[in-house]
Amino acid sequence: MSAFAALLVRDLRLAGRGGADALTLVLFFVMVGAVTPFAVGPDRVLLARLAPGIVWIAAFLSLLLGLDRLFRADEDDGTLLLLRQAALPLEAVVFAKLLAHWLLTALPLLVASPLLAILLSMDMDVWARTALALLLGTPALAAFGAVGAAVTVGLRRGGLLGPVLMLPLSVPVLIFGAGAIAPGSGDAALLFLAALSLVSVAFCPFAAALALRVGSE
Amino acid sequence: MTGPHPLLTVENLALSRGGRQLFAGLGFSLSPGQLLALRGPNGAGKSSLLLALAGILRPAAGRLDWHAEEPPKLHLLAHQPGVKARLTLAENLDFWRAVNGPTGLAASAALERVGLGALGGLDAGYLSAGQTRRLALARLLVTDRRLWLLDEPLSALDAAGDALVAGLIADRLATGGAIVAATHDDLPGATRTLTLGPPA
Repeated sequence: MSAFAALLVRDLRLAGRGGADALTLVLFFVMVGAVTPFAVGPDRVLLARLAPGIVWIAAFLSLLLGLDRLFRADEDDGTLLLLRQAALPLEAVVFAKLLAHWLLTALPLLVASPLLAILLSMDMDVWARTALALLLGTPALAAFGAVGAAVTVGLRRGGLLGPVLMLPLSVPVLIFGAGAIAPGSGDAALLFLAALSLVSVAFCPFAAALALRVGSE
Repeated sequence: MTGPHPLLTVENLALSRGGRQLFAGLGFSLSPGQLLALRGPNGAGKSSLLLALAGILRPAAGRLDWHAEEPPKLHLLAHQPGVKARLTLAENLDFWRAVNGPTGLAASAALERVGLGALGGLDAGYLSAGQTRRLALARLLVTDRRLWLLDEPLSALDAAGDALVAGLIADRLATGGAIVAATHDDLPGATRTLTLGPPA
């Protein structure tokens, strides 16, 4: 098994054995959708109109909440320090962990999105666009988040500092993500989302690795 | 006693942490087959020197010359074992073997060597402190690297564990490796000692 695959498999395996912990974010995502109709009233037209924004807020917040665990466990047990001597560069280590993190936090949201669509009375077309927008936009959120997590991993109780740091960078994803689902929107927003994800996934591992290097000094 | 081809030459090294200088003007060289024991009171900078050699801390001044190998391939045995409680012993070792390069023993053979041979399928979270230390030592065996940086290698180990570490060190030195170890105990086979003074 290559070093990259070993990192990926290990993170997935650890999440699988962590049990309920992996489901917390999906539950949060669904809960936001579940409580919205109670908060804004059961008006189906209004709900359908708000749905794209609510889905993105739910996805955005649950991804931000999950950020801290990206490097935390490896930092706490010393693995991150030892990975500096790995056969592959730290940037590749970060990329492998980012990929695993996306599979563990963003992919479950995609899987749970039909449930949210029902709760928010979205029709099938809108749901399909929502899923596509989430698929294209969440890699960017995870990548920006990796930088925030790397910057704050040295702080014992960094907690929500990383997400707060990365909030401004993530706002364009939210804008284009919600724009892509809004009725009557063209494909331009989806293309922007894809571009954001490609650029951020390409550059953020370098920024995060640099932050980890500086942070351990 | 410096061999003809030193692995590492340290010149005029200074380290500071948190704005406080730990030491300055440190120099030594390390050749294959040598074990350099770092001694000194708590806070003298032994662990920090190991981290600097591992490339994790940047020296405030001075130079590390790795001669042939740049960047150096080395093993660091730090205070924290880097062991995942939810993975079995064998999975932990297989992970490091894949990540660091499968150039050493197989996981089962390495576990056998450190006296954990029967526990390969056990979750590492059930290990005692000493057993976790042994598992961390097994990580050094699954990937073959010439230089070992050991931070308190004997901590948490019983008498048999001390003998095990002595055996591992002897094997590494006999096969052309070199070791730098921060220690308060007498490491068998220490060919040289470097004593760091109390921090200024």
